[in-house]
Amino acid sequence: MNTLPNIALAMPEIFMFSMALVILLVDAFISSQQRIITYVLTQATLVVALIISVKNFSEPAAMVFNDMFIHDTMASILKIVIYVIVFFVFLYSRDYLKSRSMYRGEYFVLGLFGVVGMMIMVSAASMLTIYMGLELMSLSLYAMVAFQRDSSRATEAAMKYFVLGAMASGMLLYGMSMIYGVTASLDIATIRSVIASAGLDNMPLVFGLVFILVGLLFKLGAVPFHMWVPDVYHGAPTSVTMYISSAPKLAAFAIIMRLLVGGLEPLAASWQDMLIIISILSMTVGNVVAIAQTNIKRMLAYSAISHMGFFLLGIISVSANGYSSSMIYVLIYAVMSVGAFGVVLLLSRAGFESEELADFKGLNQRSPWYAFLMLVLMFSMAGVPPTVGFYAKLMVIQAVVDADMVWLAVVAVLLAVIGAFYYLRIVKLMYFDDAQEDAPAIETSGDVKVLLSLNALAFLLLLPWLGVITELCRKAIADL
Amino acid sequence: MFADNLLSLVIWLPILGGLAVLAIGDDRRAPVIRILSLVISLATFFASVLLYTRFDAKTADMQFVELSPWIEAFNVNYSLGIDGISLLLIILTTFTTVLVIIASWKVIQKKVAQYMAMFLIMEGLMVGVFSAMDALLFYVFWEALLVPMYLIIGIWGGPRRVYAAIKFFLYTFIGSVLMLVSLIYLYYKAGESFDIQTLYAVKLDLTEQIFIFLALFAAFAVKIPMWPVHTWLPDAHVEAPTGGSVVLAAIMLKLGAYGFLRFNIPIAPDASQELAFFMIVLSLIAVVYIGLVALVQEDMKKLIAYSSISHMGFVTMGLFLFNPQGMEGAIIQMISHGFISGALFICVGMMYDRMHSRLIKDYGGVVNTMPVFAAFMLLFGMANSGLPATSGFVGEFLVILGAFQVNHWYAAIAALTLIFGAAYTLWMYKRVIFGKVANDKVKVLTDINARETMLLATLAIAVLVMGIWPYPFLEVLHVSVDNILSLASVSKL
Repeated sequence: MNTLPNIALAMPEIFMFSMALVILLVDAFISSQQRIITYVLTQATLVVALIISVKNFSEPAAMVFNDMFIHDTMASILKIVIYVIVFFVFLYSRDYLKSRSMYRGEYFVLGLFGVVGMMIMVSAASMLTIYMGLELMSLSLYAMVAFQRDSSRATEAAMKYFVLGAMASGMLLYGMSMIYGVTASLDIATIRSVIASAGLDNMPLVFGLVFILVGLLFKLGAVPFHMWVPDVYHGAPTSVTMYISSAPKLAAFAIIMRLLVGGLEPLAASWQDMLIIISILSMTVGNVVAIAQTNIKRMLAYSAISHMGFFLLGIISVSANGYSSSMIYVLIYAVMSVGAFGVVLLLSRAGFESEELADFKGLNQRSPWYAFLMLVLMFSMAGVPPTVGFYAKLMVIQAVVDADMVWLAVVAVLLAVIGAFYYLRIVKLMYFDDAQEDAPAIETSGDVKVLLSLNALAFLLLLPWLGVITELCRKAIADL
Repeated sequence: MFADNLLSLVIWLPILGGLAVLAIGDDRRAPVIRILSLVISLATFFASVLLYTRFDAKTADMQFVELSPWIEAFNVNYSLGIDGISLLLIILTTFTTVLVIIASWKVIQKKVAQYMAMFLIMEGLMVGVFSAMDALLFYVFWEALLVPMYLIIGIWGGPRRVYAAIKFFLYTFIGSVLMLVSLIYLYYKAGESFDIQTLYAVKLDLTEQIFIFLALFAAFAVKIPMWPVHTWLPDAHVEAPTGGSVVLAAIMLKLGAYGFLRFNIPIAPDASQELAFFMIVLSLIAVVYIGLVALVQEDMKKLIAYSSISHMGFVTMGLFLFNPQGMEGAIIQMISHGFISGALFICVGMMYDRMHSRLIKDYGGVVNTMPVFAAFMLLFGMANSGLPATSGFVGEFLVILGAFQVNHWYAAIAALTLIFGAAYTLWMYKRVIFGKVANDKVKVLTDINARETMLLATLAIAVLVMGIWPYPFLEVLHVSVDNILSLASVSKL
């Protein structure tokens, strides 16, 4: 370990972090009319990071920085998708922020710091790195939620998020310390081999596992640790909600893979049962309570809860097939979520937040194209063929059946039917109801229109390439 | 090139055509949209006729086979192929779509492009269901159908359209997801394959078979619909626009019966034999009880909807008699019911366009103002009650013949439908068409125009040809039906 670390593998993180600092500085010296510079720099940073990660993609898996940091296929794929998603988030947010005097450099800088946090989580090979990445991301998110200073709702949401989030981080840390106490290592690979070699007292390990699970599930927003989700989704400015609802889920998936699967898989018998209960609860609460919502952001929040429950099913299967299906699911979900919030964002105008379901009424008469995009997104979220959302659900279900838990698969699909109802209701509002008289058509700039269309239509256009996506995810899991 | 991909052509031509129509969009270009849609649907119909002429009725193997990998990691293939049963249903689909487009020529004035596009896309998807030889591909087509139908009912339907659309969607969705789970279960049983022919050969013990049968039953019984899961149908039918009702009755209901033929019976033969009694009892309840329910309906569309359920009871009974007469009768009944119920819905639609009422009590003496129309409707009404020399007779006769071989009580009860069918159809006909002119609105009715006459005449010819000379239909069925029956008779235990 005396040789110089292979910095090239951590280049995306280093670049992203440096650029965030540069942008912070640059932004301090430009006037608010020139804010476009900040925006362009931010997007350029994401694009360049994407190029670096793609270049690194074929590098063989390796550890750097005293085995604290890992580069492998899964990390590359997740990072690439995170850049793309955040790129879309910033793009959709631009006009929204402008019309609400939130178009400030801090928004983009915090967003980039959040991305760095996620990247570190994705590439973490030690509990220390995991925690560092998680906190970097979480702190950025807390600040972003509170970004609209004069909104009491946003401030309340930020407070709740911060207090509960800090507690969850504490739990996670406590759990990690217990595992460390038993295994005397922070390094995930070592932890695994120590636990697998047996002869250890199982009790403190399982205790530690429970605390770790609580922390992870909180970040994921699974029942019964979901209380913050609807409030934060609702309270935060829509552009921030879009950010929270998408990319961080990928990072959460990554740490679940690294910690639960990479490190604690020998304890799978213990966490599998816990996760089964959590997953069923999440799907039930998420889907049922979403029906009662009249606010689209709250509805999508509960929908997120149920999706996380569904996503856990793949992890529960405890097999490479299951993990890769979860990966596909979470990737597809994150992209769907960005698209759906993108449409919600476009419906809002200066001085008007489009948050109620009723704002979707008659969208087909006003803006048929956006109504169609939302239709695709909603059916995809509901998992109706031929959309890609169906394929995501299919992969998870087949993994569950493969793990000989047919009953669980039946429960999951029946709960998904309940979930279909509220997505159908959005379609109903857009297509079957008449528009409210003063509701105007959606107007937006050309680049947003093109990319949002691409975002939504991806769920139809990707159909012939599903095999490729599956192969990639399988490879990512196989290389772990 | 087309010769090799004829099936794909019949699937994708209407889907892509529908998307093109959607892209033209605007209601100001409605005439262009109508003509374009008609051209696309006619082209598809002729392509499907080519399928018939090139079909080899002597083999039970799948024909026009196409195979290319889709999701290799999961061994899912884009695999198509048809036998005689699929062939007839595909032609019924393409034929009906042409009629639906003509029938909505004048009636649909708002969002014409979306309406036409939905029907074209649905046509392609339905052909896809009938020709998919990969279980997952089948499922994708099957479920994708829900989307356009949901929109058709919800956008162009009647006053309670939203309720009906959501009920339709959720009812069918809940059945389908159970099917999905059982297909995945079979996938692993078959050594990771979704190929339907491979699934036929998978060994399953009786418990497994019964669970799989019931899961598939949940999907198909809802679609048919069998008693007691039929309650979505009257709502959906009543609220759907005419075209939607026609497609629902003529084709969508057949998807369920086709599913029984293609999946339940060959994949779970022992469970099918075991549960045949259960299926027949449900079918007989549908035939008798729903027949009586139809008798008391005040809404014409609802009456025909219940009559459809009752007739579909005949189909499911025929399938589970496990003899050639029963099964062929069931399939003929499917096709014939497609023509007849489609025709009756179009008739009701024509009256509704003029009167804006579907209630029987608002009518009376229509024959005085619309004699040509009354004549056509009489023919379809008679066919609906199973009059010899109409297509309605052939199927019912064959099914009753088949039932006699199994148990003459089945036959006796099933034959009641001939009485009930005649009762509700003719009683409705009498109240609507005959008698004195009931009110001023009926007095000013105008008879059907050339377009409508052509529409009904086409259907009338179909009904009569099939009733008088069913040979061309039966010819392509024999070998395929024998094949299914032989699969059903081999135990998988």
